[in-house]
Amino acid sequence: MLSKEEVQHIAGLARIGVDEKDLEKFATDLSAVLDWIEELKEVDVSGVEPTAHITGMQNRLREDKMSEFENKAEIINLFPDKKDNFGKVKSIL
Amino acid sequence: MLHVSCFMIKELHNKLISKEITSVQLTEEYFARIKEQDKNLNAYLTLTKELALKQARKVDEKIAAGVEIGMIEGIPGAIKDNLCVTGVRTTAASKILDNYIAPFDATVVIKLEEAGAVFLGKTNMDEFAMGSSTEKSAYGSTKNPVDLERVPGGSSGGSAASVASGEAVWALGTDTGGSIRQPASFCGVVGLKPTYGRVSRYGAIAMASSLDQIGPITKTVEDAAIILSVISGEDKMDATSAQSPAKDYTKYLTGEVSGLKIGVVKDYLEKLTGEVKISFEKVVEKYRELGAEIKEIELPNAKYSLPVYYIIMPCEVSSNLARFDGVKFGMRAEDHEDTQLDFLPEDRNLIETYLDSRRYGIGAEPKRRIMLGTYALSSGYYDAYYLRAQKVRTLIKQDFEKAFEAVDLILTPTTPSPAFKFGEKTADPIQMYLEDIFTITANIVGVPAISVPGPTVEVDGKQLPQGFQLMGKWFDEENLLRAAHAYEIATK
Repeated sequence: MLSKEEVQHIAGLARIGVDEKDLEKFATDLSAVLDWIEELKEVDVSGVEPTAHITGMQNRLREDKMSEFENKAEIINLFPDKKDNFGKVKSIL
Repeated sequence: MLHVSCFMIKELHNKLISKEITSVQLTEEYFARIKEQDKNLNAYLTLTKELALKQARKVDEKIAAGVEIGMIEGIPGAIKDNLCVTGVRTTAASKILDNYIAPFDATVVIKLEEAGAVFLGKTNMDEFAMGSSTEKSAYGSTKNPVDLERVPGGSSGGSAASVASGEAVWALGTDTGGSIRQPASFCGVVGLKPTYGRVSRYGAIAMASSLDQIGPITKTVEDAAIILSVISGEDKMDATSAQSPAKDYTKYLTGEVSGLKIGVVKDYLEKLTGEVKISFEKVVEKYRELGAEIKEIELPNAKYSLPVYYIIMPCEVSSNLARFDGVKFGMRAEDHEDTQLDFLPEDRNLIETYLDSRRYGIGAEPKRRIMLGTYALSSGYYDAYYLRAQKVRTLIKQDFEKAFEAVDLILTPTTPSPAFKFGEKTADPIQMYLEDIFTITANIVGVPAISVPGPTVEVDGKQLPQGFQLMGKWFDEENLLRAAHAYEIATK
């Protein structure tokens, strides 16, 4: 069972603010899923290669070429806060 | 007025070219129907009437000028709200994207638009496609048109409900663990998840990138084949899209299954009970009657599909949803002073933007999955969870490779039970996750799968839809659609 502190730590890593009152519910739910997936420990996977891409496709390379995106103004419009064409964020220092 | 709800793509196409109806009239009729009944169903999140009428007028001009039109041209359909349409609000049913107006088109949207399709609007779904009932939408659940007390399934519940209720001729959904097939089964329509890579995922709001696939929800298998023919094909914007050209899948709908070998999974048969078992046995019997050879097969590792899924999916979710942080687009939370994390570095300002935008913008289910993935990928746990899951994934894939040496298709029920009532499975996440037990394996191994309405089952004195699922070999949508279609026409 995950502790409330562990949930708080995970939430912090995931950059999700969690209310104190919700920590317990998340601890219960996450622990239930973690217990459930424990089942995989019984599988013998020695010598088995992991599968990342299911149809076996390998790296597909393309030319590193710039192309023009037409709707730049619409992207800028989506900034939650902006000055001219710059997105504004809070200070990081 | 036409009873638009009864029509399939080809019939409507014929009415358009014989000038019995115009595309504008047809589109108006669908909007009238949406207006009349969608306040009860809530299948749509956004309507795009202006765009639809513009698209319809263009087709009508072509018809008037005597230009030949394609099968999907002028036919109105719906797009799941996690697929980007330029200039249209695209929320993925999340508050964090409440004000997001897509600045570009998904490749499937471009292809449909080029083929002349008409877009009625964007359909409701579980937030970020995470759920099996559409109860997890931030904009209220969609109701099942067959029984308003029941869920339409999910996550593509709005798409399935729109087609089943005659609010759209066709719809697009996305399927990561059953999100096209399960709602199709619940609403009594057809849902197709193509082979991983068959359809470009560019412009789909990603959930779990190694599992996601876009596909059609339609009234018939033929309609699904028509839509797949339009949306499939290699795309330079999606490096995982398969290097095979689009083809006309309707050519393979011969009505013939004799000679096809269809496998039924011994383990699954043993799990079935009651009416669903009877419904499924009737489907097996029908295929036998039609001349298919039914063979019992085993998929010994398939039972691990759900736990494998609940490691791989949350890991990919935690990575894909990191972009929703209130910085470049979407909701940026107002500042809140109650953040209590004590390990934060000194730069609390930007961190607080992240924490609060995600706290208030993202719902409980995506939060659970993001945290689960973050935990499983964190230092020291990677080997035990993600890497092990990917290895078990290999074993499940090998089971399928072996099974497909003996059979051409695998037949299962789509869901363990028909549509459930609202609230029935929301308290316990794992109960909801078990909904996907038959569908999830196709995503784990990447094969194409389709849900087709089978014999209905009786619950509380009411006949409810129950789908069956066919899974095909990788990139063999031909035999998959052929067998699904043969059943459909034999049972009409």
